[in-house]
Amino acid sequence: MNAVKTTCPYCGVGCGVLAAPRKDGGADISGDPQHPSNFGKLCVKGSALGETLGDHGRLLYPQMHGERVGWDAALDHVAQGFRKIIDEHGPDAVALYVSGQLLTEDYYVANKLMKGYVGTANIDTNSRLCMSSAVAGHKRAFGEDLVPISYEDLELADLVVLVGSNTAWCHPILFQRIVKAKEQRPEMKIVVLDPRRTATCELADLHLPLRAGTDVTLFNGLLTYLHQHGVVDTKFVDGHTTDVERTLAIADNTAGDLRSVARACRIEPSVLGEFYRMFARTEKAITAFSMGVNQSGAGTDKVNSIINCHLLTGRIGKPGMGPFSITGQPNAMGGREVGGLANMLAAHMELANPTHREIVQEFWKSPAIVAKQGLKAVDLFNAIDEGKVKAVWIMATNPVVSLPDADKVKSALSKCELVVVSDIIEKTDTAAYAHVLLPAAGWGEKDGTVTNSDRRISRQRAFLPLPGEAKPDWWIIGEVAKRMGYAEGFNFSGAHEVFDEHARLSAYRNEGSRCFDINGLSGLDRQGFDAMDPIQWPVLADAKGTPRLFENGRYFHADGKARFIPTPPRGPAHATDAEFPLVLNTGRIRDQWHTMTRTGRSPKLASHIPEPFVDMHPHDALMSGVRDGELVRVATRWGALVARLKTTPEQGRGAVFVPIHWNNQFASDARVGALVNPAVDPVSGEPEFKHTPVRVEAFGVAWHGFILSRDALDVDGVTWWTRIQGQQFIRYELGGRGVVQNWNELGRTLLNAESPDADWLEYSDKTAGIYRGVLMDGERIKACIYVSPRPDLPSRAWLSGLFGKKKLEDIDRVGLLIGEPVNKQADTGPTVCSCFGVGRNTITDAIRKRGLKTAGEVTACLKAGGNCGSCVPEIKSLIAQCAAIAEETAA
Amino acid sequence: MNQNLPNPLDQVVDICALEDILPDTGVCAWLDERQVAVFRVGDGEDLYAIGNYDANSGANVLARGLVGDLGGRVVVASPIYKQHYDLKTGECIEDPIASVRAYKAHVVDGRVRVTVPTSKINSSGRKEHLVVIGNGMAAMRVVEELLRIAPELYDITVFGAEPHGNYNRILLSPVLSGEKQIEEIMLNTREWYGRHGIALHTSDPVVQINRRERTVRAKSGYETKYDRILLATGSNPFIIPVLGNDLKGVVSFRDLHDVDEMIDASKEGKYAVVIGGGLLGLEAANGLMRQGMKVTVVHLMDSLMERQLDKHAGAMLKASLEARGLTFMMEAQTEEILGYDHVIGVRFKDNDTVIPADLVVMAVGIKPNIELAQSCGLRCGRGVIVDDTLQTYDPRIYAVGECVEHRKATYGLVAPLWEQANVCATHLAQMGFAHYKGSITSTKLKVTGIDLFSAGDFMGGEGTEDLVMRDPKRGVYKRLVIKDNRIKGAVLFGDVADGPWYFELMQKNTDITSIRQKLLFGQAFCEPA
Repeated sequence: MNAVKTTCPYCGVGCGVLAAPRKDGGADISGDPQHPSNFGKLCVKGSALGETLGDHGRLLYPQMHGERVGWDAALDHVAQGFRKIIDEHGPDAVALYVSGQLLTEDYYVANKLMKGYVGTANIDTNSRLCMSSAVAGHKRAFGEDLVPISYEDLELADLVVLVGSNTAWCHPILFQRIVKAKEQRPEMKIVVLDPRRTATCELADLHLPLRAGTDVTLFNGLLTYLHQHGVVDTKFVDGHTTDVERTLAIADNTAGDLRSVARACRIEPSVLGEFYRMFARTEKAITAFSMGVNQSGAGTDKVNSIINCHLLTGRIGKPGMGPFSITGQPNAMGGREVGGLANMLAAHMELANPTHREIVQEFWKSPAIVAKQGLKAVDLFNAIDEGKVKAVWIMATNPVVSLPDADKVKSALSKCELVVVSDIIEKTDTAAYAHVLLPAAGWGEKDGTVTNSDRRISRQRAFLPLPGEAKPDWWIIGEVAKRMGYAEGFNFSGAHEVFDEHARLSAYRNEGSRCFDINGLSGLDRQGFDAMDPIQWPVLADAKGTPRLFENGRYFHADGKARFIPTPPRGPAHATDAEFPLVLNTGRIRDQWHTMTRTGRSPKLASHIPEPFVDMHPHDALMSGVRDGELVRVATRWGALVARLKTTPEQGRGAVFVPIHWNNQFASDARVGALVNPAVDPVSGEPEFKHTPVRVEAFGVAWHGFILSRDALDVDGVTWWTRIQGQQFIRYELGGRGVVQNWNELGRTLLNAESPDADWLEYSDKTAGIYRGVLMDGERIKACIYVSPRPDLPSRAWLSGLFGKKKLEDIDRVGLLIGEPVNKQADTGPTVCSCFGVGRNTITDAIRKRGLKTAGEVTACLKAGGNCGSCVPEIKSLIAQCAAIAEETAA
Repeated sequence: MNQNLPNPLDQVVDICALEDILPDTGVCAWLDERQVAVFRVGDGEDLYAIGNYDANSGANVLARGLVGDLGGRVVVASPIYKQHYDLKTGECIEDPIASVRAYKAHVVDGRVRVTVPTSKINSSGRKEHLVVIGNGMAAMRVVEELLRIAPELYDITVFGAEPHGNYNRILLSPVLSGEKQIEEIMLNTREWYGRHGIALHTSDPVVQINRRERTVRAKSGYETKYDRILLATGSNPFIIPVLGNDLKGVVSFRDLHDVDEMIDASKEGKYAVVIGGGLLGLEAANGLMRQGMKVTVVHLMDSLMERQLDKHAGAMLKASLEARGLTFMMEAQTEEILGYDHVIGVRFKDNDTVIPADLVVMAVGIKPNIELAQSCGLRCGRGVIVDDTLQTYDPRIYAVGECVEHRKATYGLVAPLWEQANVCATHLAQMGFAHYKGSITSTKLKVTGIDLFSAGDFMGGEGTEDLVMRDPKRGVYKRLVIKDNRIKGAVLFGDVADGPWYFELMQKNTDITSIRQKLLFGQAFCEPA
């Protein structure tokens, strides 16, 4: 079978993927050279998609209260459950909570069911947590949720300002495009605004480590600076915008003086001035922003403060310039297009607009049309907690992990009358609360469209059969709708029919009044839909896409003009204090995705950063009395977690960083969502993930340890654990509070080796608290455990490699108990390049021995960094470290 | 002896003019077949001469050392590691073992002269007579060392109970098992005794010491006077007091005669019972098994070699020996050895079990042979009591080996004998300064294919720590007992390559903190590549 063209299910870059199914049920994955997002490149997560396929851990059959049931029983139960609650308590007593992982077609059907049939807008999505501030900002400025630019513009720009975006790790392929552009045109400037010195900063000409939450002040300052220095496109401002004076006045009042802005943002005035000058002088400027901007109590204002600067200078709607929201999810944009948020209707139409409501209802011929905004994510779960919403159907998302104040989500779900969860994975933190579990089709099995960050609609195509009894989400929703008595609106024979209806609605009574119009894609039959190439909307009758918006200066407010939005700065909802003196910042890491349900299955991805961690500045660590490499408790007013401390000067002082990915499936106690304050942006309802007052304190354990095992083990009895998927083994990192008297006994129990005949070898130094036990299975290793009172355990890399060997020599058995190879060169160190599996020791050895000076030379020697390039910043810093050591030694 | 009286036979060597030696420095001269460092202290005629060899650095360098005063003693500091040597006596203050010989130096007519005693001949002109009682390994090691350092000092007479020259008793096991021949374990042949002018009386043990008359009398009636006695009567096997222990076919495992008897028995009989699961018993059992007998080892305790091994190693050893064909009866107490004339079986206490036996080997332990010492009134405890110079309560009588009790300890292994012999010989040579402080012992079992090593306080206890490694499948067990960051004991089974290294660390009392976590994996791993 030839490779199927599809689209990556991870970030909002929306890369084209070629998937060639193999006989063993897996697939060979490569980048699609023809896809305009990535031109054949894939990042490490995308490259590892093949490792995430397979039935292991999948939800394959409908379940009710933990028992397998048939589809009919499950669908009837859901439909009747919703029906009953609606009948008794009204439509607002039910809700859907959906996801940017859904395809546009699934989203469309879900939205139609709720807003046109059930008659409630209680449908919100995890996109609320991601880019709803950008949506709100766009709507306020442009009259519609519109991303003006195209990826190409990044390559045409002379200045790219990255705000609150670790693009190198979170949108690697887009970052690689910028890298390449800068290589070709070194005069192109990159500025990064981020409280942390992230991997993205390796590329930056200028890094502004601004204090968390001061973005609005900084951009108000920029606006004033531009105005003061006459960098104003007067013709554009006068002809195509409104409200400039009011906005300028407020900016001037709040950020009129560069020194006070610098002080507020805690940036060197000279550095701030340099950035302002650079921006003022560079016509072709793009300000790209991501979660660092959106996930804030003032997220919408942050977005508008950025857009204001582009409007003032007229740097919008022209090649190489404009504000640019980089979205986090594969189909956040598609969800926005179908109105999958509680405050939107469909096809970019407004709930509050009676004409829009009429258009939609007329088109749908639906019994109802909702007029009132629904509950946004955080409010929705509050309403469940309060018993106002009595039935919730969660699709393709994991709110017990990802929502702020996530422990409250747990309590809400445990009280809820009817919790339905559609997912592809059987065991998730959220599924644990479901009364009904519905098996959904996953990536590679489902069929439909997604829209990426630059408005490009691409097809996700199936290349694998549906496993078990899994079904596409649109089908499941449609079946429930029919069983609720809405047969006529949900008779779709395939995703193409849903898409066609969506396309036709976008054009229905449009006549240019709404930018979102994909009429050119309507009328596609199954074949036409299958053959659809990636295309940027709007797609009008000529069926040509639109790379860039606003080229004609027309916006989508009623007056056709863009709006300046005054943005008086305001601080985060919760300030730090003596009890919680630091700021908790959350975010992604390079090789994991969301709650790890998919990426957590890949050994390749797990090897980059295997454990939940806390990044902290060394001074803050000293002040908090905690030490690098040890376990720490991170606590806020809302919750606490335990993770390993990494001190790094790259983390700015006063803030700590914790990744969002880990949850109860992968660690005993690392759900950062439980710690995040539930404050939301008043306009967008997006939670303030990037700013929660926090305290870090030592988490004393009597012992540290780890287990490598071919089989999954039960380590729940251990105080603290993390599970890490390896190649042919599972790794558990452990920490225990109790003093263990008999390690032989506990070790054998944990490793299921109680039998006296087990081939068990061990090393113990009881006083020093050191124990190492190994369980052999014939000549292969089956499992091993290493314990020490300190985190100074042997390198996992070499031990992991032994699981690939069919036969261990005696020297390996000795090495096993030492915890390191008897021949030391065999230890490659922790993986840096996941693509080629190149370890840190291998790289530093090569750098030292061969005198390598550039990342390119390292790639030439070791391949490392040659595929996705995500690790190139790390390689560079290794080169710098080696050089520094060499210099010191020489001195 | 009065050193100040010139002996007419001493050799006086002219070295150089007094002015040739700068004040407070030394020169090196060749005399007495070796390098001698001659020092001039101050600018007068204060002269000293000592050996030039610095044992601490292994170099002839003392003549180049700085001369000084250390607590009233005139000393030279070795230029290498700065140990101090007393110029009057040659004693190395930090490490008496490294002491050098001192010579008399004086000035005659502005010339420096050093006196070399040609031999230690006493004033009467007669060599002193050293009578060595015992022809075993300990005694002969002392004689060998003595001959090396003071070859001319004594007339030596050796009395031995056995009919042979001196042989290596610890290699009896390989002889029994047929892996070695008797010739291969001989240490000193009769020819050797002759060559060194030693009068050897074999098969003629001394039966009486007359300390008043300073004579000894042998079994044969031969009597001789002595100036010094070296007592090395060794030990006797312990014969358990049960009925039938005097039957034919009941042997101990002590000397070549026992081995001959066992080998003969193995040719005629089929069943052997070895009473005693210690080192000696197991070696005997293994030997007999290799000679084709069906061997049962009877042990009173629940674990083999409990004096050298912890229970875990004992169990591994048992399993390993069982796999080779030995049978064990643990916690079994012998009630009676059955037979009319020749042994035919052994009966046990608990349940009247009887097992057949054509040969019974008693290997339940040894006791120091102190009969002779006691009979002449030397003070004895379990053994002949000696001080740190191996001298008994009679200053003319020294004692070494398994017959002695030193600081409440008796020894049945060879390494302590070597140490005792070394110290004893220096004192007999009248140049004694060394002290014997007792030994830490180590054990290896001489059973081919079984690697076992045990040393020091392997049991541990209050205040000690254990490092343990087990790989039962590979048959490896290692345990080190640590106290205050020093190795106090070791038990190794299956992989004993590092036994000597641990033993050395133990003896040197080396602080192992820095290598603790690698220690058990061996020297190669602990030393930087």
